[in-house]
Amino acid sequence: MQYMLMIYGDESGMVNMTKKDGEQMSAAYAVYTEALQKAGAMVGGDRLHSSADASTVRINAGKTKVLNGPYAESKEQLAGYYLIEAKDLDEAIAWAAKCPGAQTGVMEVRPVWKMVM
Amino acid sequence: MPNGEQLAHDAAQRVARESYGRLVAFLAKRTRDVAQAEDALAEAFVAALKDWPLAGIPDNPDAWLIAVAKRKHIDTTRKNKSHADAAGHLLLLAEELEDMATSAPAIPDERLGLMFACAHPALDASVRSPLILQAVLGLTAEQIAEAFLVSPTTMGQRLSRAKAKIRVAGIPFRVPEPSELGDRLETVLEAIYACFAQGWNEADHLNNALTEEALWLGRLVVQLLPDEAECLGLLSLMLFLQSRRKARRGLDQVFVPLLEQDIALWDLADIDAAEGLLHRAGRMGKMGRYQLEAAIQSVHAARRATGNTDWQALCLLYQALYQVTASAVVKLNWAAAIAESYSVAAGVAALPDAAEFPELERFQPYHAVRADLLARLGKTDEALQAYAKAIELETDNSVRQFLTERALRLRGALN
Repeated sequence: MQYMLMIYGDESGMVNMTKKDGEQMSAAYAVYTEALQKAGAMVGGDRLHSSADASTVRINAGKTKVLNGPYAESKEQLAGYYLIEAKDLDEAIAWAAKCPGAQTGVMEVRPVWKMVM
Repeated sequence: MPNGEQLAHDAAQRVARESYGRLVAFLAKRTRDVAQAEDALAEAFVAALKDWPLAGIPDNPDAWLIAVAKRKHIDTTRKNKSHADAAGHLLLLAEELEDMATSAPAIPDERLGLMFACAHPALDASVRSPLILQAVLGLTAEQIAEAFLVSPTTMGQRLSRAKAKIRVAGIPFRVPEPSELGDRLETVLEAIYACFAQGWNEADHLNNALTEEALWLGRLVVQLLPDEAECLGLLSLMLFLQSRRKARRGLDQVFVPLLEQDIALWDLADIDAAEGLLHRAGRMGKMGRYQLEAAIQSVHAARRATGNTDWQALCLLYQALYQVTASAVVKLNWAAAIAESYSVAAGVAALPDAAEFPELERFQPYHAVRADLLARLGKTDEALQAYAKAIELETDNSVRQFLTERALRLRGALN
């Protein structure tokens, strides 16, 4: 099965991060990504720019309405994601727990609803 | 029901449930679809519960259930062409099961895996016990709803949502690895104990079968995980409590507190079984919450032999239990034990702080224990206020009556 691991974290922590902390974080993610690849579990994934760079889009009375900022105003924002292959939820949870994001924020694990295309 | 008939009925029900639970677990493990597995066997199970007490238990209960399940699906397919696909799928499953039943010596027992799936931490805690009762024991949503005091529709929705999540989110049907077994076992044991507590707290407790169902599940996990000390601890705890079921209400159904119970009404067979389990668990050298709780009940049960309660032992056990659980309720019981063991004033001083545990404000026993201790300290006004609070919070008539009588007696002493 495929699962989406969503990394939620406090963005202010990222902004105030020292260069050294930033390097350590990148290294931890690199190790984690490599582990996923080696296990054949990695389908995809990336880091996202901060929610200040987000736009929300909806159609209102036939018109495209664009707003600055993320959909939900909350302290914890989506910071990145991994799309992984796992045999069941327990395996996906185990991967989520190993992600550096679980140390600093919250991981949300969602099963992917595969569409036939 | 005459006695013999009742026995035949109970025996048939026991075998039917054993077989049903094993077949559901076996099917669900393959398809991850609990609802479908239940559907495949539901009618056959109902037929077994009806036929077996009269006609006798078949030599091969699994094969009987499978054969009937298969016949029912052929009927359904014929009657209802539009659902032919779904029924066809169930028929395939039934055929698979039949192969198993004829070629293999026995259907492997996957009920433990099923229980771990039903008590998975990814499911809402309140649905775990109902789910186990339904999937493992074959109770209907109506029966479970009645026991848990919610409407059948609500319970039905909760159960089907949970089953859908098991399927969609890929919750596995397996016994966790030894490294993670401890944590995961906790949710299974919690679900079983919640089931017991639900039955126990019911006002008409003598008629509530839920405690029996919990004991059944407790025995099942002991049988399937014989080397896990906490499984033994939970079963021991439940048996200690169950041994007092006849003593905890008076003739007029008024609640009788443990210390005032007539020990002649305690069930000795239950106590002996509970002691045996607790000793077996102790030899495994893996202490845990349920063993500590069982040990506390064992100290109370010893009153049967000695006529006394060893309050110092209880203080130590509650202290250890508080270290494991950090629970306000445990701290409350610990304070009550300190009051008996040392002095009432020491007990009052040891009461949990309502500022630290705000949930105590709405917890009846907190106010009842406080009221009792304050009354004994001679602080009658404060005690009466605490009794009033306890009475206001209590929903069980029998306990409310008990508390009201205490408060009236105290007020009488005042005048």
